[in-house]
Amino acid sequence: MTSLDAATDPQRAVLLGVGNILLTDEGVGVEAVTRFAATHDLPSGLSVLDGGTSAMEMLDDLEDLDLLVVVDCVRVGKPPASVVVLQDDEVPAFFRTRLSPHQVGLSDVFATMLLTGRAPRRIVIVGVQPVEVSTAMGLTAEIEAVMPQVIDAVRRALAEGGYPTQPRKVVAGAH
Amino acid sequence: MTQRITIDPVTRIEGHLRVDVEVDDGQVSKAWSSGQMYRGVENILIGRDPRDAWAITQRICGVCTTVHAICSVRAVENALDLEIPLNAQYIRNLIILAHAVHDHIVHFYHLSALDWVDVVNALKADPDKASALAESLSTWSGNSRHEFRKVKDRISGFVATGQLGIFTNGYWGHPAMKLPPEVNLIAVAHYLQALEVQRHANKIVSILGSKTPHIQNVAVGGVANPIATDSQAVLTMERLMAVREWIGKLEDFVKNVYLVDVGVIGAFYPEWTTYGRGIVDYLASPDIPLDTKGTRFALPGGYVANGDLGQYTPIGSFADAGFRDGVSEAIKHSWYTYKGGENASLHPYEGETTPHYTDFQDDGKYSWMKSPTYYDKPMQVGPLARVMTMLAAGHEPTTRYATETLNRVSSIAGIEVGLDAMHSTIGRHAARAISCAVQVDELAKQWDLLIANMASGDKSTFNAPTFPRGEQRGFGFHEAPRGILSHWVVIDNGKIKNYQCVVPTTWNAAPRDNKERPGAYEASLVGNPVADPDQPLEVLRTVHSFDPCLACAVHVLDTEHNQVVQVKAA
Repeated sequence: MTSLDAATDPQRAVLLGVGNILLTDEGVGVEAVTRFAATHDLPSGLSVLDGGTSAMEMLDDLEDLDLLVVVDCVRVGKPPASVVVLQDDEVPAFFRTRLSPHQVGLSDVFATMLLTGRAPRRIVIVGVQPVEVSTAMGLTAEIEAVMPQVIDAVRRALAEGGYPTQPRKVVAGAH
Repeated sequence: MTQRITIDPVTRIEGHLRVDVEVDDGQVSKAWSSGQMYRGVENILIGRDPRDAWAITQRICGVCTTVHAICSVRAVENALDLEIPLNAQYIRNLIILAHAVHDHIVHFYHLSALDWVDVVNALKADPDKASALAESLSTWSGNSRHEFRKVKDRISGFVATGQLGIFTNGYWGHPAMKLPPEVNLIAVAHYLQALEVQRHANKIVSILGSKTPHIQNVAVGGVANPIATDSQAVLTMERLMAVREWIGKLEDFVKNVYLVDVGVIGAFYPEWTTYGRGIVDYLASPDIPLDTKGTRFALPGGYVANGDLGQYTPIGSFADAGFRDGVSEAIKHSWYTYKGGENASLHPYEGETTPHYTDFQDDGKYSWMKSPTYYDKPMQVGPLARVMTMLAAGHEPTTRYATETLNRVSSIAGIEVGLDAMHSTIGRHAARAISCAVQVDELAKQWDLLIANMASGDKSTFNAPTFPRGEQRGFGFHEAPRGILSHWVVIDNGKIKNYQCVVPTTWNAAPRDNKERPGAYEASLVGNPVADPDQPLEVLRTVHSFDPCLACAVHVLDTEHNQVVQVKAA
């Protein structure tokens, strides 16, 4: 009944935002992908997922991917509001060192996918160094200011992975 | 000689928990449980529309999203004295039960099993013998020699590539690991199969909740699922038939694999029925309401005093005054202040969330958790409390599965294992599996009830709420996977004036209360053996048996530190 063999789905990609939107900048990943989906036309095969702080619930969505782009709040020793892109050799460190105090997080999902041979073929992390992670909803002004940069990094990561997206044309007077 | 061990954070759990123990002659003599994250979500809710609270509270935690959504709408409905349509009740029940089944399977196989199962040791197993053993215990189709060989090959490939390190804090080769290689192999095979099976539960939540991980369909007054038997994009018969098929697959796995494995593992660790007892005052809520008002429930709940099933006080309805008046929270050892002083204990309607951080003080404040009590007593909540109250209430399916499990352990271990063994570390795992079997049966029953009600012509799913002027107070409870959850709301002129969540892990992971009585984790750790202070696997076994979920959790990635999971033995 169980299949240990990698599935042969058509190629697909996921843009995943993770974090807690009740902790200001901690929610930057969720906020970024929500805005991205609202302002871009997505090619077929690409889906956008608001993962919040969940874990194994995401397994189905993240298996056998051609490309996974994760947007998350990261601490990489850069000044607050820095935007970083981690890929290739830097990705295992993202999962292996602390992802968060949330140990049952993305790292467990990733470990599970490695064990079953269903991990994404390519992973890119777009990380944002937070300014503040206090209990409140909404991003700080400093992070708001770099959101265009985050969106741009996401668009580039998707395009380089074979999933080009276009900003949606806003029809004048549509509002 | 007294030795102090600090585990910070405890891994393979949700959220940030620190546990400190003092060890004397290889045994824990004193324990501290400390929630390391401030959870001030209640303050975010003040001034907002009560109809939005469920969507915000389900962001408190990544594992318990649906449970906060459900509990929040129940609290607001209670404040408005609002009944909800029967269909809405059934749809919520299906989501609750599918989520619980998912949560229990994942907790056991993917988070806790590594405390008991040595993955590396499974490489020494003979797949033929493993298959013969597994087939003698269960009719499950995934116990073939072919399957076990395939799994053994897969692990050996995985270990050979050095990737095992991604499983944080797996204590491979620890002297406290006692399973024979064949049983380890069976457990690893079922770990992989559980990954497949959990999808079915997740799909049920996703179809009925419109989305996962955060459901979209609940509303104060019912659910937002339009019902139609012939239209797309709504709850159609076709979708409901798919749900029924997934329920069938879950039933097969839970009864023929999960329940069996817990019995087998328990039989190989009989000494763990004597550790981890702790608090035996049990509190669980009734759940799975069968009427529009919440006065009849499929699964009973209440309070069992002193581990004695004869001392049972049921909770009768969503409006139960006994429950409402029994809960309060102290902060003497928590990083908060109350206007009424250090020794005050406040009812949630009067609850205050005012942070006051000090350092970790052994005899002073040391946790972000408050200390809840029920009629002035600390409680244990969770699957064991649920099973104890359902047994006390004479719930037939619970009695049947509990008896079956105890008989299985007795027969494999060759010793008589009675109900008293349940008040223990391994007993909590057994109770979770027993509860899961009861819940998967109930899932099928709720499906039947929904179909029958729809067939009778009832298509209603929502009663619109109205908010009168003035103040209303309401509470909602829900028997979540980790135990009783309650939300408490004070509404003033249609806006939230106060909101408090009393979550299961707060009951269990509480610090000492204002009368110096330890919380459930702290009490259960005393007397635990610790063979090797540098690898305190035994402490983790007892803590993990509660399935900690320290909701809230910061999710910040840190690449600056190589090792952030610290075990300090000083």
